Amino acid sequence: MSSAEWQILGLTLRTAALATLLIVPPGLATAWLLARYRWRGKSLVETLVALPLVMPPVATGLLLLQLLGKRGPIGRVLPFDVVFTWRAVVIAMMVMSFPLLVRAARVAFEEVNPRLEQIARTLGARDARVFATITLPLAARGIASGMLLAFARAIGEFGATILVAGNIPGRTTTLSLAIYNLVQLGRDAEAFRLLGVSVAVAFTAVWITEAFLRRRV
Amino acid sequence: MSVVVRDVVLPLADFTLEVSLDLHAHTTALYGPSGAGKTSLLEVIAGLRKPATGRIQLNGRDVTRLPPRLRRVGYVPQDDALFPHMTVRQNIFYASRVDRHAVIDVLELGPALDRGVRQLSGGERKRVALARALLSDPEVLLLDEPLSGVDVALRDRVLQYLVRVRDEFPIPAVYVTHQMEEVEAICDELVVLDRGRVTERTALRRSSPGG
Repeated sequence: MSSAEWQILGLTLRTAALATLLIVPPGLATAWLLARYRWRGKSLVETLVALPLVMPPVATGLLLLQLLGKRGPIGRVLPFDVVFTWRAVVIAMMVMSFPLLVRAARVAFEEVNPRLEQIARTLGARDARVFATITLPLAARGIASGMLLAFARAIGEFGATILVAGNIPGRTTTLSLAIYNLVQLGRDAEAFRLLGVSVAVAFTAVWITEAFLRRRV
Repeated sequence: MSVVVRDVVLPLADFTLEVSLDLHAHTTALYGPSGAGKTSLLEVIAGLRKPATGRIQLNGRDVTRLPPRLRRVGYVPQDDALFPHMTVRQNIFYASRVDRHAVIDVLELGPALDRGVRQLSGGERKRVALARALLSDPEVLLLDEPLSGVDVALRDRVLQYLVRVRDEFPIPAVYVTHQMEEVEAICDELVVLDRGRVTERTALRRSSPGG
């Protein structure tokens, strides 16, 4: 592989990993609230969370571009540039992956028998301890596979990224964008090499997750 | 040692639980057919269900507004609710506040400590659930049909363990059952619950004190 290809792989893995890690705390909190409580506005939040799954990614990208641009309501108050930088890559990945993590984690939380949590409370455990020692370990499998899905979705992100981060070689070009570029330019051999890299990344991610899940049981 | 349930009202699906009870016996049987409201009453005492009205006192301490965490009840639910991802040791030490050895000895759990709870028999599961509740240093034990889910052949053995716990640890217990043999073997007082109301209350003379 050429150094440019290594750079593309490195950028893609770093941004996808960062995006996955950043959505874990809010994703688990949202999933927990959706799984365990009834509250006003719950169905609105459910719909908002699912929106990036059903909207065309390019439309989501356009929305992000409007929000995060220099004159956008969010971009205006941020002390650094977002649009057309690696930060935009991460944000596009986060938005597109968030619903997948929340869905998987919500199902995982719902499958934890609430009776176990109740008994832990009668044994004197505070809510935080109940969550850390009972709920989270029992939901770990579902959460781990949700993180894998989110990571995979982040690696494959295309539509939102190309709008909000552009396709700037060496700065915001990820694996998916690079493959698209190469095919457009008729450089099929290089495109196929990156296709092989994509398969290797996907294979490794699934393999690591499976190994982690096997160890937990 | 007392458990006081005062004017508790809790609407259930088919009827309303309405109970006032002042329990001073060591082991009180809460006896009645399935669906009489026995488990619901235990859950009210444990703080897992909020009654519409009424108060709960444990040993003179009003716990009505306390969350389950601060009530100091040792609740052994019908399905044991052992933590499936933990070993026996991790389960029973989850809330360990008192001398572990006495409880482990009485329930003969020493050899099983490092086993995962998924490998346990029904009788062993009951003993682990009981040990876990006892080690949280409860002021009252709430036992919900502790012989359910145990093979008929093993029931006598589990019952013997329950009798040993009663004799070794001075913790008052509310014992939910619909089997009269269990009431006669272990309880000093019988409270009959039917469709959410106490219909009978009788002091019992234990036939063989000390088990």
